[in-house]
Amino acid sequence: MAEAPRPAALQVALSTRLFQWSGGGLAAIALILLAAPTLIVVIVSFTSGLSLRFPPPGYSLRWYYALAEAWQLHFAAGNSLVVACLSTGISLLLGVSAALAIGRSRRPVARVLDQVFLSPLILPGLAFGLASLIFFTAIGLPVSPATLVLGHTVICVPYVVRNTIAALAQLDPALIDSSLSLGASRLTTFRRITLPLLAPGIASGGFICFMASFDNIPVSLFLRDAATDMLPIRMWQDLEGKLDVTIAAASTVLILATIALAIAMERIAGISRRLG
Amino acid sequence: MAGAAAPLMEADRAHPFWLAVPLGLFFLVFFAVPLVLLLWVSLQGEAGVSLVHYTRFLQDGLGPRVLGATLRIGAEVTLFCLLLAYPLAMVFRAAPGWGKGLITLIVLLPLLTSVVVRTFAWIVVLGRQGVVNATLQSLGLIDLPLRLLYTEGGLVAALVQVQMPLMFLPLATALGRIDPNLEDASAALGAGIWRTFLRVVVPLSLPGALAGCILTFAAAVTAFITQSLVGGGQLLLMPGFIYQQAITLQNWPFAAAISIVFLAAVLAVLAAIGALARLARGAAYG
Repeated sequence: MAEAPRPAALQVALSTRLFQWSGGGLAAIALILLAAPTLIVVIVSFTSGLSLRFPPPGYSLRWYYALAEAWQLHFAAGNSLVVACLSTGISLLLGVSAALAIGRSRRPVARVLDQVFLSPLILPGLAFGLASLIFFTAIGLPVSPATLVLGHTVICVPYVVRNTIAALAQLDPALIDSSLSLGASRLTTFRRITLPLLAPGIASGGFICFMASFDNIPVSLFLRDAATDMLPIRMWQDLEGKLDVTIAAASTVLILATIALAIAMERIAGISRRLG
Repeated sequence: MAGAAAPLMEADRAHPFWLAVPLGLFFLVFFAVPLVLLLWVSLQGEAGVSLVHYTRFLQDGLGPRVLGATLRIGAEVTLFCLLLAYPLAMVFRAAPGWGKGLITLIVLLPLLTSVVVRTFAWIVVLGRQGVVNATLQSLGLIDLPLRLLYTEGGLVAALVQVQMPLMFLPLATALGRIDPNLEDASAALGAGIWRTFLRVVVPLSLPGALAGCILTFAAAVTAFITQSLVGGGQLLLMPGFIYQQAITLQNWPFAAAISIVFLAAVLAVLAAIGALARLARGAAYG
Protein backbone atom coordinates (compact mmCIF):
# COMPACT_ATOMS: atom_id res chain seq x y z
CA MET A 1 0.00 0.00 0.00
CA ALA A 2 1.50 3.30 -1.07
CA GLU A 3 2.18 5.73 1.68
CA ALA A 4 -0.16 8.74 1.56
CA PRO A 5 1.79 12.01 1.03
CA ARG A 6 2.14 14.06 4.16
CA PRO A 7 -0.38 16.93 4.31
CA ALA A 8 2.36 19.57 4.24
CA ALA A 9 3.95 18.10 1.10
CA LEU A 10 0.54 17.87 -0.52
CA GLN A 11 -0.10 21.49 0.28
CA VAL A 12 3.21 22.54 -1.26
CA ALA A 13 2.47 20.51 -4.40
CA LEU A 14 -1.00 22.02 -4.64
CA SER A 15 0.18 25.58 -4.18
CA THR A 16 2.94 25.06 -6.77
CA ARG A 17 0.37 23.63 -9.16
CA LEU A 18 -1.95 26.57 -8.50
CA PHE A 19 0.90 29.03 -9.21
CA GLN A 20 1.79 27.35 -12.48
CA TRP A 21 -1.81 26.97 -13.65
CA SER A 22 -2.92 30.50 -12.85
CA GLY A 23 0.25 32.01 -14.35
CA GLY A 24 0.07 29.80 -17.43
CA GLY A 25 -3.63 30.50 -17.85
CA LEU A 26 -3.19 34.27 -17.76
CA ALA A 27 -0.21 34.05 -20.13
CA ALA A 28 -2.32 32.00 -22.55
CA ILE A 29 -5.13 34.57 -22.40
CA ALA A 30 -2.57 37.31 -23.07
CA LEU A 31 -1.20 35.49 -26.15
CA ILE A 32 -4.68 34.81 -27.55
CA LEU A 33 -5.72 38.41 -26.92
CA LEU A 34 -2.60 39.67 -28.72
CA ALA A 35 -2.83 37.38 -31.74
CA ALA A 36 -6.56 36.85 -32.33
CA PRO A 37 -7.70 40.27 -33.61
CA THR A 38 -4.99 40.39 -36.28
CA LEU A 39 -5.82 36.88 -37.48
CA ILE A 40 -9.54 37.70 -37.56
CA VAL A 41 -8.95 40.77 -39.76
CA VAL A 42 -6.93 38.69 -42.19
CA ILE A 43 -9.63 36.00 -42.37
CA VAL A 44 -12.51 38.50 -42.75
CA SER A 45 -10.70 40.25 -45.62
CA PHE A 46 -11.27 37.11 -47.74
CA THR A 47 -15.04 37.09 -47.16
CA SER A 48 -17.40 36.72 -50.09
CA GLY A 49 -20.10 38.59 -48.17
CA LEU A 50 -20.83 42.29 -47.90
CA SER A 51 -20.30 42.70 -44.14
CA LEU A 52 -17.67 42.07 -41.51
CA ARG A 53 -19.50 38.95 -40.31
CA PHE A 54 -17.24 36.38 -38.66
CA PRO A 55 -16.86 33.59 -39.60
CA PRO A 56 -17.44 34.70 -43.20
CA PRO A 57 -20.28 33.05 -45.16
CA GLY A 58 -17.80 32.15 -47.93
CA TYR A 59 -14.41 33.09 -49.30
CA SER A 60 -13.38 35.21 -52.28
CA LEU A 61 -10.89 37.83 -53.40
CA ARG A 62 -13.59 40.39 -54.24
CA TRP A 63 -12.42 42.91 -51.62
CA TYR A 64 -8.88 42.76 -52.98
CA TYR A 65 -10.22 43.65 -56.41
CA ALA A 66 -12.15 46.48 -54.74
CA LEU A 67 -8.92 47.57 -53.03
CA ALA A 68 -7.08 47.59 -56.37
CA GLU A 69 -9.73 50.03 -57.66
CA ALA A 70 -9.71 52.25 -54.54
CA TRP A 71 -7.64 55.09 -55.95
CA GLN A 72 -8.27 57.31 -52.89
CA LEU A 73 -6.48 54.79 -50.70
CA HIS A 74 -3.60 54.53 -53.22
CA PHE A 75 -3.24 58.30 -53.34
CA ALA A 76 -3.24 58.54 -49.52
CA ALA A 77 -0.75 55.67 -49.23
CA GLY A 78 1.61 57.48 -51.63
CA ASN A 79 1.47 60.66 -49.52
CA SER A 80 2.07 58.74 -46.29
CA LEU A 81 5.02 56.94 -47.85
CA VAL A 82 6.67 60.16 -49.05
CA VAL A 83 6.16 61.94 -45.70
CA ALA A 84 7.43 58.92 -43.75
CA CYS A 85 10.55 58.63 -45.95
CA LEU A 86 11.38 62.33 -45.64
CA SER A 87 10.83 62.54 -41.88
CA THR A 88 12.82 59.34 -41.36
CA GLY A 89 15.68 60.78 -43.42
CA ILE A 90 15.77 64.02 -41.41
CA SER A 91 15.33 62.08 -38.15
CA LEU A 92 18.30 59.86 -38.96
CA LEU A 93 20.52 62.82 -39.83
CA LEU A 94 19.62 64.92 -36.76
CA GLY A 95 18.97 62.03 -34.36
CA VAL A 96 22.14 60.04 -34.96
CA SER A 97 24.42 63.07 -34.64
CA ALA A 98 22.68 64.21 -31.45
CA ALA A 99 22.85 60.68 -30.02
CA LEU A 100 26.61 60.52 -30.77
CA ALA A 101 27.13 63.80 -28.91
CA ILE A 102 25.08 63.04 -25.80
CA GLY A 103 25.25 59.23 -25.67
CA ARG A 104 28.55 58.94 -23.83
CA SER A 105 28.79 62.49 -22.58
CA ARG A 106 28.90 63.11 -18.85
CA ARG A 107 27.85 66.75 -19.00
CA PRO A 108 24.66 67.44 -17.04
CA VAL A 109 23.25 69.23 -20.08
CA ALA A 110 23.52 65.95 -22.01
CA ARG A 111 21.19 64.24 -19.52
CA VAL A 112 18.71 67.12 -19.86
CA LEU A 113 18.85 66.96 -23.67
CA ASP A 114 18.33 63.20 -23.48
CA GLN A 115 15.07 63.76 -21.57
CA VAL A 116 13.97 66.55 -23.91
CA PHE A 117 14.65 64.55 -27.08
CA LEU A 118 12.66 61.58 -25.73
CA SER A 119 9.75 63.62 -24.32
CA PRO A 120 7.58 63.56 -27.50
CA LEU A 121 7.11 59.83 -26.80
CA ILE A 122 4.85 60.51 -23.81
CA LEU A 123 3.29 63.76 -25.03
CA PRO A 124 -0.38 63.67 -26.11
CA GLY A 125 -0.08 63.78 -29.91
CA LEU A 126 -3.16 65.96 -30.44
CA ALA A 127 -1.83 68.60 -28.03
CA PHE A 128 1.43 68.77 -29.99
CA GLY A 129 -0.46 68.81 -33.30
CA LEU A 130 -2.54 71.80 -32.17
CA ALA A 131 0.56 73.55 -30.81
CA SER A 132 2.35 73.10 -34.15
CA LEU A 133 -0.62 74.38 -36.11
CA ILE A 134 -0.77 77.50 -33.89
CA PHE A 135 2.99 77.95 -34.42
CA PHE A 136 2.91 77.62 -38.22
CA THR A 137 -0.10 79.94 -38.37
CA ALA A 138 1.71 82.49 -36.20
CA ILE A 139 4.79 82.54 -38.44
CA GLY A 140 2.60 82.67 -41.54
CA LEU A 141 3.55 79.29 -42.98
CA PRO A 142 0.45 77.60 -44.45
CA VAL A 143 0.03 73.88 -43.78
CA SER A 144 1.58 71.76 -46.52
CA PRO A 145 3.49 68.51 -46.95
CA ALA A 146 6.52 70.42 -45.59
CA THR A 147 4.83 71.23 -42.26
CA LEU A 148 3.74 67.59 -42.07
CA VAL A 149 7.33 66.42 -42.44
CA LEU A 150 8.53 68.88 -39.76
CA GLY A 151 5.83 67.81 -37.27
CA HIS A 152 6.41 64.12 -37.94
CA THR A 153 10.15 64.55 -37.44
CA VAL A 154 9.63 65.93 -33.91
CA ILE A 155 7.52 62.96 -32.80
CA CYS A 156 9.54 60.28 -34.65
CA VAL A 157 13.14 61.36 -33.98
CA PRO A 158 13.01 60.03 -30.35
CA TYR A 159 13.04 56.45 -31.68
CA VAL A 160 16.28 57.12 -33.58
CA VAL A 161 17.89 58.88 -30.60
CA ARG A 162 16.89 56.13 -28.15
CA ASN A 163 18.09 53.25 -30.32
CA THR A 164 21.35 54.94 -31.31
CA ILE A 165 22.18 55.75 -27.66
CA ALA A 166 21.43 52.14 -26.69
CA ALA A 167 23.78 50.88 -29.44
CA LEU A 168 26.43 53.40 -28.40
CA ALA A 169 26.28 52.15 -24.80
CA GLN A 170 27.27 48.68 -26.03
CA LEU A 171 30.12 49.91 -28.20
CA ASP A 172 33.57 49.19 -26.77
CA PRO A 173 35.28 52.62 -26.56
CA ALA A 174 38.68 50.91 -26.79
CA LEU A 175 38.00 50.28 -30.48
CA ILE A 176 37.62 53.99 -31.16
CA ASP A 177 40.59 54.74 -28.92
CA SER A 178 42.81 52.33 -30.87
CA SER A 179 41.71 53.74 -34.18
CA LEU A 180 42.41 57.30 -33.09
CA SER A 181 45.75 56.49 -31.48
CA LEU A 182 46.84 54.59 -34.59
CA GLY A 183 46.49 57.84 -36.47
CA ALA A 184 43.09 57.62 -38.12
CA SER A 185 41.25 60.92 -38.26
CA ARG A 186 37.94 61.38 -36.41
CA LEU A 187 36.07 61.21 -39.69
CA THR A 188 37.81 58.03 -40.82
CA THR A 189 37.25 56.47 -37.40
CA PHE A 190 33.58 57.36 -37.59
CA ARG A 191 33.19 56.02 -41.11
CA ARG A 192 35.22 52.83 -40.68
CA ILE A 193 34.66 51.89 -37.02
CA THR A 194 31.79 53.67 -35.26
CA LEU A 195 29.19 53.73 -38.02
CA PRO A 196 29.45 50.05 -39.01
CA LEU A 197 29.20 49.00 -35.35
CA LEU A 198 26.22 51.26 -34.69
CA ALA A 199 24.46 50.42 -37.96
CA PRO A 200 22.08 47.75 -36.57
CA GLY A 201 20.91 50.07 -33.78
CA ILE A 202 20.51 52.99 -36.17
CA ALA A 203 18.63 50.79 -38.65
CA SER A 204 16.14 49.54 -36.05
CA GLY A 205 15.62 53.10 -34.80
CA GLY A 206 15.00 54.24 -38.38
CA PHE A 207 12.55 51.38 -38.96
CA ILE A 208 10.45 52.23 -35.88
CA CYS A 209 10.68 55.93 -36.77
CA PHE A 210 9.35 55.17 -40.26
CA MET A 211 6.48 53.07 -38.90
CA ALA A 212 5.57 55.77 -36.36
CA SER A 213 5.41 58.42 -39.08
CA PHE A 214 3.54 56.21 -41.57
CA ASP A 215 0.97 55.40 -38.86
CA ASN A 216 0.58 58.87 -37.34
CA ILE A 217 -2.86 60.47 -37.19
CA PRO A 218 -2.93 63.05 -34.36
CA VAL A 219 -0.23 65.31 -35.79
CA SER A 220 -1.25 64.80 -39.43
CA LEU A 221 -4.81 65.88 -38.62
CA PHE A 222 -3.55 69.37 -37.84
CA LEU A 223 -0.61 69.81 -40.21
CA ARG A 224 -1.87 68.47 -43.54
CA ASP A 225 -3.52 70.64 -46.15
CA ALA A 226 -6.83 69.72 -47.75
CA ALA A 227 -5.12 68.18 -50.78
CA THR A 228 -2.82 65.90 -48.79
CA ASP A 229 -4.76 62.86 -47.68
CA MET A 230 -2.84 60.45 -45.45
CA LEU A 231 -3.47 56.69 -45.42
CA PRO A 232 -4.27 56.17 -41.72
CA ILE A 233 -6.60 59.20 -41.73
CA ARG A 234 -8.34 57.96 -44.89
CA MET A 235 -8.82 54.50 -43.30
CA TRP A 236 -9.98 55.98 -40.02
CA GLN A 237 -12.55 58.22 -41.70
CA ASP A 238 -13.77 55.34 -43.89
CA LEU A 239 -14.33 53.34 -40.70
CA GLU A 240 -16.11 56.19 -38.93
CA GLY A 241 -18.58 56.46 -41.78
CA LYS A 242 -19.27 52.84 -42.65
CA LEU A 243 -17.69 49.52 -41.78
CA ASP A 244 -16.15 48.82 -45.16
CA VAL A 245 -14.64 45.41 -45.91
CA THR A 246 -12.15 47.05 -48.31
CA ILE A 247 -10.42 48.34 -45.16
CA ALA A 248 -9.95 44.72 -44.04
CA ALA A 249 -8.17 43.98 -47.33
CA ALA A 250 -6.07 47.13 -46.98
CA SER A 251 -5.23 46.13 -43.40
CA THR A 252 -4.12 42.68 -44.52
CA VAL A 253 -1.85 44.18 -47.17
CA LEU A 254 -0.37 46.52 -44.51
CA ILE A 255 0.13 43.63 -42.06
CA LEU A 256 1.93 41.57 -44.73
CA ALA A 257 4.08 44.54 -45.75
CA THR A 258 4.98 45.14 -42.09
CA ILE A 259 5.92 41.49 -41.58
CA ALA A 260 8.06 41.50 -44.74
CA LEU A 261 9.81 44.70 -43.66
CA ALA A 262 10.26 43.39 -40.11
CA ILE A 263 11.79 40.14 -41.36
CA ALA A 264 14.15 42.08 -43.63
CA MET A 265 15.13 44.31 -40.68
CA GLU A 266 15.54 41.26 -38.44
CA ARG A 267 17.98 39.80 -41.00
CA ILE A 268 19.90 43.07 -41.25
CA ALA A 269 19.70 44.39 -37.72
CA GLY A 270 18.11 41.87 -35.35
CA ILE A 271 15.51 44.42 -34.24
CA SER A 272 13.61 42.08 -31.92
CA ARG A 273 16.55 42.28 -29.52
CA ARG A 274 16.46 46.07 -29.59
CA LEU A 275 12.83 47.02 -29.21
CA GLY A 276 12.76 46.76 -25.41
CA MET B 1 25.85 53.51 -15.66
CA ALA B 2 29.09 51.79 -16.55
CA GLY B 3 30.39 54.90 -18.30
CA ALA B 4 30.17 57.13 -15.24
CA ALA B 5 33.11 55.56 -13.43
CA ALA B 6 35.29 54.86 -16.49
CA PRO B 7 38.24 57.18 -17.13
CA LEU B 8 37.70 59.78 -19.81
CA MET B 9 38.76 58.06 -22.99
CA GLU B 10 39.81 59.42 -26.31
CA ALA B 11 36.58 57.85 -27.57
CA ASP B 12 34.49 60.30 -25.59
CA ARG B 13 36.15 63.14 -27.42
CA ALA B 14 35.63 61.46 -30.79
CA HIS B 15 32.13 62.88 -31.02
CA PRO B 16 32.18 66.62 -30.36
CA PHE B 17 29.30 68.02 -28.39
CA TRP B 18 28.23 70.45 -31.12
CA LEU B 19 26.76 67.45 -32.96
CA ALA B 20 23.78 67.82 -30.62
CA VAL B 21 23.21 71.43 -31.68
CA PRO B 22 21.20 70.82 -34.90
CA LEU B 23 18.60 68.62 -33.17
CA GLY B 24 18.64 70.96 -30.17
CA LEU B 25 17.80 73.93 -32.39
CA PHE B 26 15.23 71.89 -34.28
CA PHE B 27 13.50 71.03 -30.99
CA LEU B 28 13.71 74.61 -29.79
CA VAL B 29 11.97 75.94 -32.90
CA PHE B 30 9.52 73.17 -33.74
CA PHE B 31 8.82 71.72 -30.27
CA ALA B 32 9.48 74.18 -27.43
CA VAL B 33 8.22 77.34 -29.17
CA PRO B 34 4.93 75.68 -30.30
CA LEU B 35 4.28 74.43 -26.75
CA VAL B 36 4.90 77.89 -25.31
CA LEU B 37 2.57 79.35 -27.94
CA LEU B 38 -0.06 76.76 -26.96
CA LEU B 39 0.11 77.98 -23.37
CA TRP B 40 -0.03 81.62 -24.52
CA VAL B 41 -3.07 81.05 -26.75
CA SER B 42 -4.86 79.24 -23.90
CA LEU B 43 -4.47 82.39 -21.78
CA GLN B 44 -5.99 84.78 -24.34
CA GLY B 45 -9.34 86.22 -23.23
CA GLU B 46 -11.59 88.81 -24.87
CA ALA B 47 -9.37 91.58 -23.52
CA GLY B 48 -5.84 90.47 -22.78
CA VAL B 49 -4.59 87.66 -20.58
CA SER B 50 -7.26 85.78 -18.65
CA LEU B 51 -8.11 82.38 -17.26
CA VAL B 52 -11.52 82.40 -18.93
CA HIS B 53 -10.87 79.19 -20.90
CA TYR B 54 -9.75 77.37 -17.80
CA THR B 55 -12.81 78.44 -15.82
CA ARG B 56 -14.92 77.34 -18.78
CA PHE B 57 -13.20 73.93 -18.57
CA LEU B 58 -14.33 73.67 -14.94
CA GLN B 59 -17.83 74.99 -15.67
CA ASP B 60 -20.73 72.63 -14.99
CA GLY B 61 -18.24 69.87 -14.31
CA LEU B 62 -17.92 68.65 -17.93
CA GLY B 63 -14.13 69.11 -18.13
CA PRO B 64 -13.34 67.42 -14.80
CA ARG B 65 -15.72 64.56 -15.70
CA VAL B 66 -13.99 63.99 -19.04
CA LEU B 67 -10.54 64.21 -17.43
CA GLY B 68 -11.63 61.83 -14.66
CA ALA B 69 -12.98 59.28 -17.16
CA THR B 70 -9.78 59.50 -19.23
CA LEU B 71 -7.50 58.93 -16.23
CA ARG B 72 -9.75 56.14 -14.91
CA ILE B 73 -9.67 54.29 -18.25
CA GLY B 74 -5.90 54.79 -18.38
CA ALA B 75 -5.56 53.25 -14.91
CA GLU B 76 -7.85 50.31 -15.77
CA VAL B 77 -5.94 49.57 -18.97
CA THR B 78 -2.60 49.79 -17.15
CA LEU B 79 -3.74 47.38 -14.42
CA PHE B 80 -5.16 44.81 -16.86
CA CYS B 81 -1.99 45.04 -18.98
CA LEU B 82 0.11 44.38 -15.88
CA LEU B 83 -2.11 41.46 -14.85
CA LEU B 84 -1.75 39.77 -18.28
CA ALA B 85 1.74 40.84 -19.35
CA TYR B 86 3.42 39.82 -16.07
CA PRO B 87 2.56 36.09 -16.32
CA LEU B 88 3.42 36.21 -20.03
CA ALA B 89 6.82 37.72 -19.21
CA MET B 90 7.36 34.97 -16.57
CA VAL B 91 6.55 32.29 -19.18
CA PHE B 92 8.84 34.08 -21.66
CA ARG B 93 11.69 34.02 -19.13
CA ALA B 94 11.35 30.27 -18.55
CA ALA B 95 10.67 29.38 -22.20
CA PRO B 96 13.19 27.58 -24.45
CA GLY B 97 14.62 29.45 -27.45
CA TRP B 98 11.84 28.64 -29.93
CA GLY B 99 9.20 29.61 -27.36
CA LYS B 100 10.92 32.94 -26.82
CA GLY B 101 10.94 33.51 -30.58
CA LEU B 102 7.24 32.70 -30.89
CA ILE B 103 6.23 34.97 -28.00
CA THR B 104 8.42 37.78 -29.39
CA LEU B 105 6.68 37.46 -32.76
CA ILE B 106 3.18 37.48 -31.23
CA VAL B 107 4.03 40.50 -29.04
CA LEU B 108 5.86 42.52 -31.70
CA LEU B 109 3.38 42.02 -34.52
CA PRO B 110 0.65 44.19 -32.95
CA LEU B 111 3.27 46.75 -31.92
CA LEU B 112 4.36 47.14 -35.54
CA THR B 113 0.87 46.96 -37.03
CA SER B 114 -0.90 50.23 -37.75
CA VAL B 115 -3.09 51.48 -34.89
CA VAL B 116 -6.05 51.83 -37.25
CA VAL B 117 -5.66 48.19 -38.29
CA ARG B 118 -5.35 47.00 -34.69
CA THR B 119 -8.42 48.96 -33.67
CA PHE B 120 -10.31 47.85 -36.76
CA ALA B 121 -9.79 44.26 -35.61
CA TRP B 122 -11.74 45.09 -32.46
CA ILE B 123 -14.64 46.45 -34.47
CA VAL B 124 -14.78 43.08 -36.23
CA VAL B 125 -14.63 41.24 -32.89
CA LEU B 126 -17.09 43.39 -30.94
CA GLY B 127 -19.55 44.41 -33.68
CA ARG B 128 -23.19 43.30 -33.86
CA GLN B 129 -22.24 40.45 -36.21
CA GLY B 130 -18.83 40.06 -34.60
CA VAL B 131 -17.11 37.05 -33.12
CA VAL B 132 -18.33 37.53 -29.56
CA ASN B 133 -21.98 38.03 -30.48
CA ALA B 134 -21.94 35.19 -33.04
CA THR B 135 -20.48 32.80 -30.46
CA LEU B 136 -22.92 33.77 -27.72
CA GLN B 137 -25.86 33.49 -30.11
CA SER B 138 -24.86 30.08 -31.45
CA LEU B 139 -24.50 28.84 -27.88
CA GLY B 140 -28.04 30.05 -27.27
CA LEU B 141 -26.95 32.32 -24.44
CA ILE B 142 -28.48 35.45 -25.99
CA ASP B 143 -31.25 36.09 -28.52
CA LEU B 144 -30.33 39.56 -29.75
CA PRO B 145 -26.76 40.79 -30.30
CA LEU B 146 -25.29 42.68 -27.34
CA ARG B 147 -24.00 46.19 -27.74
CA LEU B 148 -20.27 45.81 -27.11
CA LEU B 149 -18.83 48.47 -29.38
CA TYR B 150 -19.11 52.02 -28.08
CA THR B 151 -19.01 50.86 -24.44
CA GLU B 152 -16.35 51.46 -21.82
CA GLY B 153 -15.76 47.72 -21.34
CA GLY B 154 -15.16 47.24 -25.06
CA LEU B 155 -12.79 50.22 -25.15
CA VAL B 156 -10.75 48.94 -22.19
CA ALA B 157 -10.45 45.48 -23.80
CA ALA B 158 -9.25 46.99 -27.08
CA LEU B 159 -6.79 49.35 -25.39
CA VAL B 160 -5.37 46.49 -23.28
CA GLN B 161 -4.58 44.57 -26.46
CA VAL B 162 -3.24 47.58 -28.34
CA GLN B 163 -0.93 48.70 -25.50
CA MET B 164 0.11 45.36 -23.94
CA PRO B 165 3.43 45.11 -25.87
CA LEU B 166 4.54 48.35 -24.19
CA MET B 167 4.06 46.67 -20.80
CA PHE B 168 5.55 43.33 -21.83
CA LEU B 169 8.89 44.54 -23.22
CA PRO B 170 10.30 46.34 -20.12
CA LEU B 171 8.90 43.57 -17.88
CA ALA B 172 10.59 40.83 -19.91
CA THR B 173 13.87 42.78 -19.77
CA ALA B 174 13.62 43.29 -15.98
CA LEU B 175 12.68 39.65 -15.29
CA GLY B 176 15.46 38.42 -17.57
CA ARG B 177 18.03 40.25 -15.44
CA ILE B 178 17.02 38.46 -12.21
CA ASP B 179 19.60 35.82 -11.24
CA PRO B 180 17.74 32.44 -11.07
CA ASN B 181 20.08 31.47 -8.21
CA LEU B 182 18.15 33.90 -6.00
CA GLU B 183 14.97 31.87 -6.45
CA ASP B 184 16.83 28.61 -5.86
CA ALA B 185 18.28 30.08 -2.66
CA SER B 186 14.83 31.18 -1.55
CA ALA B 187 13.42 27.71 -2.23
CA ALA B 188 16.34 26.00 -0.49
CA LEU B 189 15.69 28.15 2.56
CA GLY B 190 12.16 26.77 2.68
CA ALA B 191 10.06 29.42 0.97
CA GLY B 192 7.21 28.12 -1.18
CA ILE B 193 6.76 29.16 -4.79
CA TRP B 194 4.27 31.96 -3.96
CA ARG B 195 6.44 33.37 -1.19
CA THR B 196 9.51 33.31 -3.43
CA PHE B 197 7.54 35.03 -6.17
CA LEU B 198 6.14 37.75 -3.92
CA ARG B 199 9.26 38.37 -1.84
CA VAL B 200 12.06 37.87 -4.41
CA VAL B 201 10.83 38.09 -8.01
CA VAL B 202 8.23 40.86 -7.70
CA PRO B 203 10.44 43.37 -5.80
CA LEU B 204 13.33 42.84 -8.23
CA SER B 205 11.09 43.34 -11.26
CA LEU B 206 9.36 46.47 -9.91
CA PRO B 207 11.49 48.98 -11.86
CA GLY B 208 10.61 47.20 -15.12
CA ALA B 209 6.95 46.99 -14.16
CA LEU B 210 6.79 50.72 -13.39
CA ALA B 211 8.60 51.58 -16.64
CA GLY B 212 5.93 49.51 -18.41
CA CYS B 213 3.19 51.32 -16.46
CA ILE B 214 4.52 54.71 -17.59
CA LEU B 215 4.54 53.74 -21.28
CA THR B 216 1.18 51.94 -21.12
CA PHE B 217 -0.62 54.71 -19.23
CA ALA B 218 0.74 57.48 -21.47
CA ALA B 219 -0.23 55.52 -24.59
CA ALA B 220 -3.69 54.51 -23.32
CA VAL B 221 -4.89 58.00 -22.29
CA THR B 222 -3.66 59.59 -25.53
CA ALA B 223 -4.85 56.80 -27.89
CA PHE B 224 -7.23 59.03 -29.82
CA ILE B 225 -7.94 56.64 -32.69
CA THR B 226 -8.80 53.61 -30.58
CA GLN B 227 -10.86 55.80 -28.26
CA SER B 228 -12.84 57.34 -31.11
CA LEU B 229 -13.44 54.11 -33.06
CA VAL B 230 -14.21 51.69 -30.20
CA GLY B 231 -15.44 54.21 -27.63
CA GLY B 232 -17.59 56.08 -30.12
CA GLY B 233 -19.20 59.47 -29.75
CA GLN B 234 -20.99 58.85 -26.46
CA LEU B 235 -17.81 58.28 -24.47
CA LEU B 236 -16.01 61.64 -24.55
CA LEU B 237 -12.37 61.48 -23.44
CA MET B 238 -9.69 64.19 -23.36
CA PRO B 239 -8.18 63.59 -26.84
CA GLY B 240 -11.67 63.56 -28.36
CA PHE B 241 -12.50 66.75 -26.43
CA ILE B 242 -9.41 68.48 -27.89
CA TYR B 243 -10.29 67.23 -31.39
CA GLN B 244 -13.90 68.38 -31.07
CA GLN B 245 -12.97 71.89 -29.94
CA ALA B 246 -9.92 72.37 -32.20
CA ILE B 247 -11.02 70.79 -35.49
CA THR B 248 -14.82 70.52 -35.43
CA LEU B 249 -15.56 73.83 -33.66
CA GLN B 250 -12.31 75.66 -34.52
CA ASN B 251 -12.18 77.06 -30.97
CA TRP B 252 -8.38 77.11 -30.62
CA PRO B 253 -8.03 78.96 -27.30
CA PHE B 254 -10.39 76.58 -25.49
CA ALA B 255 -8.79 73.55 -27.21
CA ALA B 256 -5.38 74.90 -26.13
CA ALA B 257 -6.58 75.20 -22.52
CA ILE B 258 -7.88 71.60 -22.59
CA SER B 259 -4.53 70.48 -24.07
CA ILE B 260 -2.59 72.24 -21.31
CA VAL B 261 -4.76 70.71 -18.57
CA PHE B 262 -4.41 67.26 -20.18
CA LEU B 263 -0.64 67.65 -20.56
CA ALA B 264 -0.27 68.70 -16.93
CA ALA B 265 -2.45 65.82 -15.71
CA VAL B 266 -0.55 63.20 -17.73
CA LEU B 267 2.82 64.57 -16.59
CA ALA B 268 1.63 64.59 -12.95
CA VAL B 269 0.57 60.93 -13.11
CA LEU B 270 3.80 59.92 -14.87
CA ALA B 271 5.87 61.86 -12.31
CA ALA B 272 4.06 60.00 -9.52
CA ILE B 273 4.80 56.61 -11.15
CA GLY B 274 8.39 57.76 -11.72
CA ALA B 275 8.77 58.67 -8.03
CA LEU B 276 7.44 55.20 -7.12
CA ALA B 277 9.99 53.70 -9.54
CA ARG B 278 12.87 55.50 -7.80
CA LEU B 279 11.59 54.30 -4.41
CA ALA B 280 11.31 50.76 -5.75
CA ARG B 281 14.81 50.87 -7.20
CA GLY B 282 16.09 52.09 -3.85
CA ALA B 283 14.27 49.25 -2.07
CA ALA B 284 15.39 46.57 -4.53
CA TYR B 285 19.03 47.51 -4.95
CA GLY B 286 19.46 49.88 -2.00
